[in-house]
Amino acid sequence: MSVAPRMPKCWREESKPHKFCPGCGHGLVLKALGEAIDELGIQDKVVFGADIGCSLLAWDFFNCDTVQTHHGRTTPVVTGVKRANPDLVCIAYMGDGGGYAIGSQHLFNAAARNERILAVLVNNTQYGMTGGQMAPTTLPGQKTETSPYGRDIEQAGYPTQGPEAVAAITQDGAYVARGTVANLRQLKGFLKKALENQMAGNGFSFVEALSTCPTNWRTNAAKTWEFVEKEMTKYFKVGEIKAPGQKKEA
Amino acid sequence: MAEKPIQGERKAFLTGNEVVAYAAVAGEADIMYGYPITPQNEIMHYWTRMAPKYGKRFLQTEDELSAGFTTLGGVLSGAKAFTATAGPGNTLMQEPMSMAEMMRIPAVFVIQQRGGPSTATVIYSQQEVTMTTYGGNGEGFRVVYSTATHQDLFDYTIKAFNTAWKYRFPTFVLGDGYQAKMRESVTIYDPQARGIELIKPTPYLGKPGSIGKDREVTHMRNTYNTEEELYEVVMSMAKEYDSVAPEIVEFDAREVDDAEIVIVSHGVVSRAALSAMLELRGAGYKVGYFRPVTLRPFPGDQLRKVADNAKRLLVVESALGQFNKLVQTNIYGSAATIDTIFKPGVGVTSEEIVAKIKATL
Repeated sequence: MSVAPRMPKCWREESKPHKFCPGCGHGLVLKALGEAIDELGIQDKVVFGADIGCSLLAWDFFNCDTVQTHHGRTTPVVTGVKRANPDLVCIAYMGDGGGYAIGSQHLFNAAARNERILAVLVNNTQYGMTGGQMAPTTLPGQKTETSPYGRDIEQAGYPTQGPEAVAAITQDGAYVARGTVANLRQLKGFLKKALENQMAGNGFSFVEALSTCPTNWRTNAAKTWEFVEKEMTKYFKVGEIKAPGQKKEA
Repeated sequence: MAEKPIQGERKAFLTGNEVVAYAAVAGEADIMYGYPITPQNEIMHYWTRMAPKYGKRFLQTEDELSAGFTTLGGVLSGAKAFTATAGPGNTLMQEPMSMAEMMRIPAVFVIQQRGGPSTATVIYSQQEVTMTTYGGNGEGFRVVYSTATHQDLFDYTIKAFNTAWKYRFPTFVLGDGYQAKMRESVTIYDPQARGIELIKPTPYLGKPGSIGKDREVTHMRNTYNTEEELYEVVMSMAKEYDSVAPEIVEFDAREVDDAEIVIVSHGVVSRAALSAMLELRGAGYKVGYFRPVTLRPFPGDQLRKVADNAKRLLVVESALGQFNKLVQTNIYGSAATIDTIFKPGVGVTSEEIVAKIKATL
């Protein structure tokens, strides 16, 4: 009999198996986040905000205090919590639509104000929950329900480079990185550093995670990994983009 | 750090926005989140001047969506949090307000009505009645106090925090640009010195203690999977709202027992209505006065009795019938006839009301 892989301690067993589709990357991002929370021993102090979209399915994912919000509005809810009680460790969890489209004013203004929160944005290149529409992160030429002939950059522009934009407008003290579900150890490292950055009171922390959506991509396992590892990384460079004390690139 | 902004009580000559800021400090609000829009700006101006002296905080957000949602975040962490807005800002803020309804988050919103639709005027109206009472995608599970004087602004801003935290419904102080910008005398006081107990807030999220050992984890949701599941949630909320409504309802009725016509109005317009009633009574006309202080819940039973008795109402408002819709819905079935003075976005004088009644009585 095989032994099931160990779940992070802060995961809520009663809500497992989780509600995401088979092959979805959310479970992996939340695993990396859960392990980071465990390693820092902050389960009791975490306030986890779940955006609307597939992210909302994480509303009872952790044994951490959690609040579901509205589409795009998790950043301000979590900001409000942190401003009123700075002792809490506040995490806003959202998708690419929530962060870069409907909630972009919140994400970028929270970043500009250097709010002491962590925003985790799961980038799977389209709107999952609503059925696979084009998102700000949809790749050029990528077919979605609202770009059935492929994303036309003349009409819809290029994919949003979220972490690069956040890095450009944040002051020193911010932590910005892009990880991927194809490299969980690295992603967990980014999330842990980002949480530590908040706890140190340095500034805004932002981690984008490249993720998978085989349901809407209509891909098998091999094609799914090929897309996240080869296609997405053509536009979205994985790595640490900004950390406190680092000099800005000229 | 100074302990209390107001010791005992004193007379003051202030603008309405200043009064709201004083009341929020006196009512022990912890944090304000806000975004500039006329005519509520000075609430933020006075709050930001006073707040640091009393260990209170302020965050200026990027828009009213954010002001509303950060306010909800503040409440969730256990702070008495509030925001203020008007007009198009009120429109945007309906989104966080609907979340406050669904999740029973006791946020306090101060609305200083301006002209509408759209950007319209920055000055005055009573055109945000429908939106403030029933806005958002919901059923209007909220408490709305419509103020008429600066004393009301002070009293009901303090009361709004208590109502919100006692019943856990979002609570509104509905003023207007005239009240916001006008200066008049008001008695400001330390509520505790008057025996008003201020309800202490408690956190929803991030309570002290260790999860699974000395406290339960909290998972707050506003999304449901089936129609039936949602139905149960909404109906239980409706039941609770209806059961506490009689405790919350407030109104002012004068000279209604023998009245042949009763002037029905709310907010600042009720001051003109009161003057008109007194003047007409002095001249021998049998005129009454009815003013709902709470527009949600609405004093429907009380008004129906008055309407059945007088058989004639004159509904007066600075909107094109938004308040009248509440009146008609609540007295449905009454045989009383309704005359109206509707002046959307424009003030109403007692002379107009007197002339209208003299012409029709």
